Amino acid sequence: MKRKTVIKSALVAGLLGFGAFWLLTLPKTVAPSEVANLTGSASKGALVFAAAGCSSCHSAKDGDPLVLSGGRAFASDFGTFYAPNISPDPENGLGRWTLAEFATAVTKGVSPKRQHYFPAFPYTTYQNMELADVADLFAYLKTLPVSTTPDRSHDVGFPFSIRRTLGLWKRLFMPDGFHLPDENLTSAEKRGRYLVEAMGHCTECHTPRNFLGGLKLDRWLAGGPNPDGKGKIPNITPHADGIGSWQEIDIVTYLNSGFTPEYDSAGGAMAEVVENMKQLPEDDLKAIAAYLAKIEPKAN
Amino acid sequence: MTLNFTKTAVAAVLSLAIATPVMAANPAVKARQSLMQLYLFNIAQLGGMAKGKIPYDAKVATVAANNLKTLATVDQAAMWPAGTDSDTMFGETRALPAIWATYPEVEQKADALIKATEAMAAAAGTDLESLRGAMGGLGGACGGCHKKFRAPE
Repeated sequence: MKRKTVIKSALVAGLLGFGAFWLLTLPKTVAPSEVANLTGSASKGALVFAAAGCSSCHSAKDGDPLVLSGGRAFASDFGTFYAPNISPDPENGLGRWTLAEFATAVTKGVSPKRQHYFPAFPYTTYQNMELADVADLFAYLKTLPVSTTPDRSHDVGFPFSIRRTLGLWKRLFMPDGFHLPDENLTSAEKRGRYLVEAMGHCTECHTPRNFLGGLKLDRWLAGGPNPDGKGKIPNITPHADGIGSWQEIDIVTYLNSGFTPEYDSAGGAMAEVVENMKQLPEDDLKAIAAYLAKIEPKAN
Repeated sequence: MTLNFTKTAVAAVLSLAIATPVMAANPAVKARQSLMQLYLFNIAQLGGMAKGKIPYDAKVATVAANNLKTLATVDQAAMWPAGTDSDTMFGETRALPAIWATYPEVEQKADALIKATEAMAAAAGTDLESLRGAMGGLGGACGGCHKKFRAPE
């Protein structure tokens, strides 16, 4: 009798636990009605594409930056991720996707099959993107060359190999909205915040992470070890250890040419970021400089 | 006497410290890093003008740009012996093994640099706007190589 009760309560607790897990990890979506009246502009989308840095991950290494065949490997503490094909190929790319599915992927980190994507895809940043910009980006991607390269599956260990657990990860490490609060921001600072926190995803590398891969928000843009292995990522807060001595013109010049104030030049992944950033209007680069000046200075 | 001795000792220690700069011991690595310093010095003059931190001077700009053009054509073949990559000589060089593994790809990057310095040499003496216009291409040529062939700090 007593034993039966124990088993029963264990079963009930188990079911409740599973139910709670199920609810907490439900993939969120963008409803078709939210994007129904958006008609994307491919020409505007080209700038979103550059600002969001899509090509830096989705083009083949050393390949044409506009052929988004995927396949690049991204090593991390959690395994190796391979960027998927996002060219307009109907079989291997996103040729058959609807705008709602694309918006769900970009801003919610959820695939058309309702699976959570791994946060190697910086939807934690893109969640702040306006749906109109997402529609423009989608229209632009449709104009790019087709690639038939099939996706390679990620090489990730337990528990993250169970995609559903990423729903919990998102609850813990994907806070809503912008990091820099609205108060007293000029329009340039707001534009800079949008470029950095909704598109450019600077923070994905320049903010250090905890043991579960979540950003250490109190070290925003303060740099740290390179998640990809060797070396370190620089502190870009306005501190003496960061880029406190850089003037607006220094930041603009760095972003459109790669030259630091000492005339060293950007290398590695940052050289690719510069290739993207130099496509933006100078006012946007000034806006990024204005935003960076508002960030809390942090020592190394 | 004792004071003199102390003074001499201090001076000796100081000169020792000054005479031991942080530089690669391998002469080939030292040579190519010195070449990079020469690029940097000349680009700094052009960059300073582009930023408006140094007044534009067509003559000075032309000299710097011509220097870059000359530097870009220096034959570096002997400066890159096998075994002088960032894996083998960690801490002394940031030259990635990919330079050797994908050779002659790095030569294409070097050609792109020659083209960019030629464009700068043609632009630098014209006016400030032309100089500014050529900075992006020059930076792109530096980044084109550093992207794939230089390890992060």
